Amino acid sequence: MPELSGLDIASYVVYLVAAVSFILGLKFLASPTTARRGNQIAAGGMALVVLWVFVTDFLLADGGIGQAWILAVGIPLGAIAGVVGARRVPMTAMPQMVAIFNGAGGGAAALVAVAEFLRDAGESTLLPLPFVIATLLGAVIGSVSLTGSIVAFGKLQGFVAARPVKYPGSQVVTAVLLLAIVGLGVYLAAIANSVPLFLLFCAIALVLGVQLVMPIGGADMPVVVSLLNSYTGIAVAATGFVLNNYALLIAGTLVGASGGILTQLMCKAMNRSLFNVLFAGFGTGGGVSVAGPAGDQTVREISAEDAAVLMAYGKKVIIVPGYGMAVAQAQQPVRELMDLLLERGVDVEFAIHPVAGRMPGHMNVLLAEANVPYDRLKEMDEINDDFEDASVALVIGANDVTNPAARTDTGSPIYGMPILNVDAAENVIVLKRSMAAGFAGIDNPLYAEPKTAMLFGDAKKSVEELVAGVKAA
Amino acid sequence: MELTGFELVAALFILVLAAFVGYEVVSKVPTMLHTPLMSGANAVHGVIVVGAMFVAASSEGPLRIVLALLAVILGTINVVGGFVVTDRMLDMFKRRPQGQSPQEKG
Repeated sequence: MPELSGLDIASYVVYLVAAVSFILGLKFLASPTTARRGNQIAAGGMALVVLWVFVTDFLLADGGIGQAWILAVGIPLGAIAGVVGARRVPMTAMPQMVAIFNGAGGGAAALVAVAEFLRDAGESTLLPLPFVIATLLGAVIGSVSLTGSIVAFGKLQGFVAARPVKYPGSQVVTAVLLLAIVGLGVYLAAIANSVPLFLLFCAIALVLGVQLVMPIGGADMPVVVSLLNSYTGIAVAATGFVLNNYALLIAGTLVGASGGILTQLMCKAMNRSLFNVLFAGFGTGGGVSVAGPAGDQTVREISAEDAAVLMAYGKKVIIVPGYGMAVAQAQQPVRELMDLLLERGVDVEFAIHPVAGRMPGHMNVLLAEANVPYDRLKEMDEINDDFEDASVALVIGANDVTNPAARTDTGSPIYGMPILNVDAAENVIVLKRSMAAGFAGIDNPLYAEPKTAMLFGDAKKSVEELVAGVKAA
Repeated sequence: MELTGFELVAALFILVLAAFVGYEVVSKVPTMLHTPLMSGANAVHGVIVVGAMFVAASSEGPLRIVLALLAVILGTINVVGGFVVTDRMLDMFKRRPQGQSPQEKG
């Protein structure tokens, strides 16, 4: 067993402290009251380990200070980009932001693996097998995560087609890419540490990342981002193996495992398997074939005044927020509407579907921002039986999560997804920009029901009109 | 690159145990915290910036320096952006006094 110097031992202790801070951080993040502290604890552990490595490997190491300029340039650049990105984006664009940060991490992991391989390869003897395997894993998974995240970002941001992009033979191409990666990997590990082949190996992995995410529909991007997050964790763990560094190993593995579970939880909330999300090309069918904007549905329109009266004289209103509310930034007027109705003695509750918006928790975050109290937000299972007592179900920019086709139409791509029972309410008022289909690209038969009335227009403007209407009522 | 047998075994132990911890820690989370949790976990794997620092510390030759610099930038974006964006999300979950009067403006 190698003898450790005092400094080495101190390093291990620092890694241990950081690892504990990450574990506690994730644990605290799992509860609303401690979540913020959890994030701060993890950030503190991270700062500690970065500072420590700066001291030991740059300040105290021979010649280390000569390389410190790399940090002096790189860290401020990265920090500014990170802070500006994180602070500037509107809450609606959070998912994209997480995707981009994740891609950056994946890219960094791949670069570290590449740098390690390039340094050590090319000698006459083969590198030790565990080292090469970890390097290859770090490079391939990091690369897939990098380009996959970029595509996910593009789909959420709207500059890459949100619909599933498939071409004939697309799955064959994926299989060929995978085979090429496995074949090259075996060759690189067992036969020759060839640098050109290694670079080809990385290039194929970059293409694979694009190839894997393109066929997945925009509505499923949160699950994809979560999965890629887990991938980056695994890539980081692999580089931890390569560098024999416990901080990387533990943090990477933690995220790899917890990200995997989180991905499963998200799929479960949509009542679908991960396999179905990744390979079914959700939204390929219906959206295109039933494309006519209004389909052949006849819908009933309602004025804001009439809708306001229905609510003002009702006994219970259940508000169903969706992505449309997020886009229109309608959360403040929505809260005002809630306040007015409560003043009049109308009970108001919010029904939050697990996948409302673009990410789980998206609606909670927005409504919390507008100071809607927690206890008014009900999760689907909690509130689904209450719709029959509701005078009005007010659907604000939500579509697929209210689609009754999910219950009945076995041919529908969202068949089997649990939905909010808005159609059980006495009246359904749907605030919607236009008759366009939802993110899954399918029509919603709810709109054709006789008890449903549509209020077209920008969600924020419509809600403001409702507020004015309730005041006047 | 000398990984001794002992170090290899120790790393494997840590890998497996950490995987179980990751699984346990996250297996019970309310839906509304899925996004902040994903974002927080995303920031945690930003620890790759430390790996990038190791590469930077031992970088010789322009190619390795470029790789190290890029890795440091990307890793820092991941860490800093990840924690800041998570904090911003969680800022919106601030506990407020229950039964607050509806007139109060937020």
